[in-house]
Amino acid sequence: MTTTPSTPPPALRIGRARAKLELILFFREPAQVIFSFAYPVLMMLIFASVFRNETVAGGVTYKQYFLAGIAATGIMLASFQALGIRIALERDNGELGRLQALGTPPVAYFLGKAAQVLATSTLQLISLLLVARFAFDVSMPIDTAHWLTFAWVAVLGSLSGMVLGVAVSLLPHQGRSADTVVASIALVLQFFSGVFFVFSRLPAWMRDVAAVFPLKWLTQGMRSAFLPDAAKHAEVSGSWQHGWTAAVLVAWIVVGLAVCARSFRWRSSD
Amino acid sequence: MDAAIVVRGLGKSYAGQAVVDDVELTIERGECFALLGPNGAGKTTTVEILEGFRHRDAGEVTVLGIDPARGDRNWRAQVGVVGQSVGAPLDLSVREMLDHFAAYHAQPRSTDDLLTAVGLTDAARTRIPNLSGGQRRRLDVALGVQGRPEVLFLDEPTTGLDPAARRQFWALITNLRAAGTTILLTTHYLDEAAHLADRVAVIARGRLLDVATPDALGRTLRLAVTVRWTDEGGRHEVSTRTPTATVREILASVPTGEVPDLAVYRPSLEDVYLAMLEHTE
Ligand SMILES: Nc1ncnc2c1ncn2[C@@H]1O[C@H](COP(=O)(O)OP(=O)(O)OP(=O)(O)O)[C@@H](O)[C@H]1O
Ligand SMILES: [Mg+2]
Repeated sequence: MTTTPSTPPPALRIGRARAKLELILFFREPAQVIFSFAYPVLMMLIFASVFRNETVAGGVTYKQYFLAGIAATGIMLASFQALGIRIALERDNGELGRLQALGTPPVAYFLGKAAQVLATSTLQLISLLLVARFAFDVSMPIDTAHWLTFAWVAVLGSLSGMVLGVAVSLLPHQGRSADTVVASIALVLQFFSGVFFVFSRLPAWMRDVAAVFPLKWLTQGMRSAFLPDAAKHAEVSGSWQHGWTAAVLVAWIVVGLAVCARSFRWRSSD
Repeated sequence: MDAAIVVRGLGKSYAGQAVVDDVELTIERGECFALLGPNGAGKTTTVEILEGFRHRDAGEVTVLGIDPARGDRNWRAQVGVVGQSVGAPLDLSVREMLDHFAAYHAQPRSTDDLLTAVGLTDAARTRIPNLSGGQRRRLDVALGVQGRPEVLFLDEPTTGLDPAARRQFWALITNLRAAGTTILLTTHYLDEAAHLADRVAVIARGRLLDVATPDALGRTLRLAVTVRWTDEGGRHEVSTRTPTATVREILASVPTGEVPDLAVYRPSLEDVYLAMLEHTE
């Protein structure tokens, strides 16, 4: 009666199907779409209007400094915060249980999430940069090298945010409280990492805490792409620290992936 | 070939309270088996252990020869699951949902066949959040059989279905059985268990009360026949295995005329089931 069981499809094929699904579902949820596109743009509008003529150390306008910060924050929210909340929710409502029942490889699930985060982050950054450039006359990265810096910082920042998001969704007793927990972590990190305030003026202990997490490096990397080169002398270390930025972000990605691969759970109780 | 599902001495407790207690089952390949029991009996717990979703505290379990706690992708590909509650409704049409999940299987049934089999052809373009409860349940069933599983677990598949949909579901199960699928379903409904299953296990408070074909269920309880009548002493009701002897005695005490309210009841399957549950209280 039975045929010989044929091997299940490769993880990559399921991952592709999931990427398509995640994108469709994302764009069908208006609240999510509006929040992720409007938030950085709105912050830019508010802060750039309030501090229209202010400058920070190094002859940089506040608008310019803040654009780097809000670009970084947008990436962090679209990766870390969105995934941290979403995955806990999907675990809670049994959506992950359905995937487990189908024998879905976790990597296929992560691929779908990664595609959705990268796509939304890209669209979000484009809309932010357009507003900054044309509504507030903020200068863009000056040459290809600076655009490349922008690109690798954005990608590494997004990936580290994703693994942190998966990891935070694994904290015990989450579920319905996930929004509050994850959003609070994200908010504190934003204050500590020099998104709203000039980083070098923060107390040293705050800077030390921030240096452990990706957002500070992501923000600093963004400054190195958007600000004039001379502004690096106003940084705490007197340089952009590209080597450190890459090292810290990659370390988060590698360690985060190892942790997630080991302890990823489809269900909250047994 | 070995049995499809073997369960030996299965036990599971929550907070020191046994919710599955020393359960023994052997389900043959191609058999349709019903786990019948009231709310909180331990049906979902048992089934989810067999599906590899929950850990057990005691006992040995194999499904298709493999311990579900260690089942890999190849094993999962042969096991279909329709859970008691499945995810939040995704904002997809029925067809989009089925087309998407086809990607997870080596040889998925075609979306059109599935739609026909569960009677959702007319709702194919409806978004899932707009489906009725019963339509959603049918979609769950369609997703459970999409990968042509060898063993299919159905946890209360017909809860929320109207009578016509229930009949349609029964026909679907009959077809799957004819194709050789091993089926384990849970239900609250005795008529459903009796109609579909080759054998029925009655479970209450985590313990199996009986495992038998529908006809033989509660054999001992079924032997007890109720005899009722009225005399000057009032109404009488006795439960006896020898109703004829009882009736003879009554007739002897009323040599002429009618015995008021005389009635002899054979218990229905439903009565037997309820009597079984009463015995556990
Ligand atoms: N995760 C859990 N934690 C604590 N108790 C649990 C848990 N899961 C189940 N139980 C308890 O185990 C018992 C059996 O539950 P189960 O869900 O298996 O019953 P069921 O037969 O499926 O009932 P129903 O017909 O209502 O679906 C219940 O008393 C329930 O409260
Ligand atoms: Mg149940």
